[in-house]
Formats: sequence, structure tokens, C-alpha cells
Amino acid sequence: MFYRENGQFKTSYRADQQIFPIAQDRWAVGLIIAAAFLVVPMVGTDYMFRAIFIPFLIMSLAALGVNILVGYCGQISLGSGAFMAVGAYAAFNFFVRLPELPLLLSLVLGGVCAAAFGILFGLPSLRVKGLYLAVATLAAQFFSDWMFLRIKWFTNDSPSGSVSVSDLKILNLSFDTPISKYLLCLSILVVLGVLAKNLVRGAIGREWMAIRDMDVAAAVIGIRPMYAKLTAFAVSSFVIGVAGALWGFVYLGAWEPAAFSVEMSFRLLFMVIIGGMGSIMGSFFGAAFIVLLPIALNQFLPLLGALVGVEISTSGISHAELIIFGALIVWFLIVEPHGLAKLWSIGKQKMRLWPFPH
Amino acid sequence: MAFFLETLLGGLMAGMLYSLVALGFVLIYKASGVFNFAQGAMVLFAALAMARFSEWIPLWTGIDNPVAANFLAFCVATCIMFVVAWLIERLALRYLVNQEGTTLLMATLGISYFLDGLGQTIFGSDIYKIDIGMPKEPVMAFEEMFEGGILINKEDLYAALIAAVLVTLLSLFFQKTATGRALRAVADDHQAAQSIGIPLNRIWVIVWCVAGVVALVAGMIWGSKLGVQFSLTTVALRALPVVILGGLTSVPGAIIGGLIIGVGEKLSEVFLGPYVGGGIEIWFAYVLALLFLLVRPQGLFGEKIIDRV
Repeated sequence: MFYRENGQFKTSYRADQQIFPIAQDRWAVGLIIAAAFLVVPMVGTDYMFRAIFIPFLIMSLAALGVNILVGYCGQISLGSGAFMAVGAYAAFNFFVRLPELPLLLSLVLGGVCAAAFGILFGLPSLRVKGLYLAVATLAAQFFSDWMFLRIKWFTNDSPSGSVSVSDLKILNLSFDTPISKYLLCLSILVVLGVLAKNLVRGAIGREWMAIRDMDVAAAVIGIRPMYAKLTAFAVSSFVIGVAGALWGFVYLGAWEPAAFSVEMSFRLLFMVIIGGMGSIMGSFFGAAFIVLLPIALNQFLPLLGALVGVEISTSGISHAELIIFGALIVWFLIVEPHGLAKLWSIGKQKMRLWPFPH
Repeated sequence: MAFFLETLLGGLMAGMLYSLVALGFVLIYKASGVFNFAQGAMVLFAALAMARFSEWIPLWTGIDNPVAANFLAFCVATCIMFVVAWLIERLALRYLVNQEGTTLLMATLGISYFLDGLGQTIFGSDIYKIDIGMPKEPVMAFEEMFEGGILINKEDLYAALIAAVLVTLLSLFFQKTATGRALRAVADDHQAAQSIGIPLNRIWVIVWCVAGVVALVAGMIWGSKLGVQFSLTTVALRALPVVILGGLTSVPGAIIGGLIIGVGEKLSEVFLGPYVGGGIEIWFAYVLALLFLLVRPQGLFGEKIIDRV
């Protein structure tokens, strides 16, 4: 009743192969993007931009990248934090060493370096599969942790690998207010999001999915496993690298290698699993869940403690957060192992039939 | 030569400790196909329980014999690990049967967050020490063979000994007892085991209990070496290359993988480290494991992976 696509007939292949073949979807996505660009900057406060919107956007971008690799191509990776780190530090080097380079180009070049790094550490995927691969990708993580801590050239000779950037500018537009930073992240996210959506529904995306579903069968019907796996690694780590560069440049401003530790890799994988593997929309849901949950717990727990008359110490709160975070994740995996995106599609199906049960 | 041997021996003993943690991974993976990322958290949890109860028991009961207090604390910690194992099976894994490997892996990551938080809430988050009377002073050996002899850490020696005993006990348990046979049957084929009347759920509880005890022993030894603190959970990350190098399904693989990684780490750190700035232990272990995987994708002793369409 709410959501119905009957009556929308396609008369050409072009119309049938649009990104959003259903009019309601087109409108909804257009409205969401318009609202994100126009309404949010008007109503949001500085705190909301800094603590919620900007991390959410950047994490969505990173989750999108991880989803391409894990969700679409089926190669479990625990090295996403490393790809972010490479993106961030490479962009930093381009930014600092070549000041005449435009900011956007530095970010993109950071992504390109991350893609090269991703291809290098994606090579084992040609031989090693499944959980073995997941552990093997940790090599990338620990290697990058070490590299940015010990090789001083990458960090411009700063001690302990901590670096900072300031004075972000594109064509005399300076990005120093939270709103402008938000708009920058949003624009990059929209561009890369559309790009990713188009890639996964094109020929290359189908190859990735074939490899994910059964790699031997895919090879038999003529899909080159090496090409498909390595392109997935490259595209995914490019997106993750750009997200890492944004995370460093826009969100943190000053960072050290520990900002992209193995913890970050776990979180990104959580986003993908909780959001829904193999779903672009799922990446956004997952990022929202993982970014908002700690903030919500942080606000909510002291209130709850005050309500029952218990003073919870700061360390007590952080431990309680860990407990609740862990329990929620397990609970969530039990209730809906296919993620929030699956819940969403169930909801859509229900809306399509409402008010009838079948 | 003496220095080389010394490094080699140090590596072998460190490797023994890694295999102890790796054993926990292998046991659970074999029996239930779950890659248990919570092993590190279990090590921390067990070590915290052990450390705190060995502190509390003399206070509560007035036993001032350290051996008796340690023994009691060990028993209490074992019981706690049994309860934890039972709860994990009862509340989480039971509902996740037949899910994909990734989902299970993520669930154990969730469990590990939970255990980290819970352990530190109950037992506190300072640095505690476990004193099980391991001698700290190093000894010299082979003095007649090399000039100056070889320095051996006695503590490491004892730890390696304990690990060896544990491994022997485990293999006896697996090979000789009825429960052990049932465990091996489940590891071979879930459905076949179920069809001849082996209760899967009970087997899983037993496996997690055994893994809990292994975690406790590992936590005890690592804890008395490094002190019981949050960073103990990273021990699991150090043990992961051991697991994949040896093969996820092989107990001897965990031991031999541990020895290879231990030796490789120490030798690389001593002989290669100075040229590239040091601190290469962690990633070198992973790269070493990767190199082995390139030749044998299922690990040294893992079951051959056969792809069928």
C-alpha cells in the first residue's frame, strides 16, 4: 500500500537497467541526499557535526569499501585499518611535501597508494581462502602499524609517528568550520557511493559476486579469479584509503598510527556484518549502528546509574560499554545474521503488502 | 655460536607459550568450526580470576600457605571458566549453529568484548601478579661446550615444561577416553556424529570447558611472566599466525607452528631487526606464516582443502 511498484512498466532496456528502477526508490534517495545537503546543515549543531555526522559519513565510506571486498567478493579482510592508515599517511605526504597539489588530488592519491598496498596484500588471496585469509590479512595490519611507527620518512620525521594537517583548502574555499567539513565528506561520499553502486551492478560486480558464491565454479565459467580478486582488493582499498585520509584530515586533524589499529579493522568488519554483507545500503546502516552505539551508551549509562542511585566511575562506564557492546553484537547476530539491510528488505516487503498479511 | 643457540632456545620456549594459546583456538575450531577470537579474552578473564582469587582466598579463609591458596584459586578459576564455557554455549552458540564462518567469527569477537568488560568490572582493571612460585633467576648451561655457557631463563623452562605436560594430557584425553573419541567424531563430521547419538551441545560445552582450562593455564603462565593486565588479550593476536601456520585443525600443528614462529620471531628480531629499526616481531610472524601458507594453503598439518563445485 505504501510501497508498490506495479504500473511502472519499462519499455526500453535503458529504463530497465537504471540504478533505481522503481520511482519511489528514486524519489527517496533523491530526497535523502537533498536533505543531507540542505536541511542538515541548517538544523545541526556543531557538536552534532563533530561527534555524529562527520564520523558517520567517513565510517560509511570505509564500510562501503570493506563491503565491496567482504560482502561482494567474499574475501574476509581484517586489514582494513591498515588500508585506512596507508590512505591517511600517503595523503599526508602528498599534502605536506607537494603543497602546490590541490587537496582533493592528495586525497585521491592517498586512495591510489592504499589501492597499491591493497593489491600487494591481496596477492595471498589467490592461494589462501576463508579464515586463513582473514588471519593472513592481519599481516597488512601489523606491517602498517610498524611501518608508520618506525620508518620516519612516512611521517615526515615526526617522533612516534604523530602528524597533523591544517589549513584545508580547495580553490580558496577553506574547510575549517564543522559544516564545511561535513559538506566535503558528504560530497565525496555521494560521488564514491554512486561509483560503488554502479560498479557492483556492472560486469565487474557480477564477477565479484560469482567469485564470492563459488570461486571454483566461477573460474570454470571463465571468470579470471586473479583479476576479479585483485580488482576487488584495489577498488575496496581505494575507497577505504580515501576514507582513511578523510578520517585523518577532517575528523582527527592530528593522528598517530594507533588511530588505525587492529581495533579499527574489527569495527569496520562489524559495520559490514551488522549492516548486511553485499549491500550498499547495509554499509550505511552498519556505520550508523557502530558510530552511534558508543555515543548513546556514553550518554545513557550515567543517567541510568543516577536513576538507580549508583555512581558509576568513568572506567566502570567504559567497561559497561564493552559489555553492552559485545552482548548487543552477539544478540544481533543471533536475531538477524543477515544484518540490518535484511531487516529493511523484510520491512519493505511488509509495506508492499499492507494491510494484507500475504 | 653460543649467542645463536641462546636465541634459538629462547625462541623455542617462547614458541611453546604461543602454542599454548594456539591450542585453545585449534580445540574449538576442530570440534565446532568456530574460529574463536575470544580466546585472548578468555586468557585474560581466567588470569584475572586466578590472580584475584589467589589474593582473596587467604583473606577470606585465613589460609596462609601460598601453595594451598594457589591451588584453591586454580580450582575456583577452573570452575569459573566452566561456567563461562557453559554460558557461551547456552546463550550464544546454540543459536548460531549452521551460520557462516564469518558470522561465527564476529560473534566470538562480540563475546570477547563482553568478557573483557565483564572481567575488568568484576576483578578490577589494575595490573595484578600471579605468583605460582616459578623461579625467576636465569641459569647457565653447556658451560663446558661454549665459553661462558648459554643463558637460559628458568621461568621459560618451567613454562615450556608445563605446556608440554598439558599437551600430553590433552592428547591422552583425546585418544584414550570415550569423551575424547566423541570429540574427535564431532570434529570429523557433525552430522555423522549426531546420527550415531553423540549429543552435539554437550560436546561443545566440553570443548569450550577444555579450551577454558587451556586458557587458564596459558593465562597463568603468561600472567606470571608479564603481569595480569589488559594487554594480555594481545597474546591471542600473537598466537594467530601460529594457528594458521600449523593448520586450524591440527593439535600437533599448533605445537610445531608455535616452535617455528617462536624461533623465527626471535631470530628475525635479533639478526634482522637492527637493520630495519626493530620491533618487527609481530608482523614478521604473520609474514612467515603467510610464506608457509603460499606453499600449503591449509597450513602445515591442516586437512587438505578440497574444492568441489
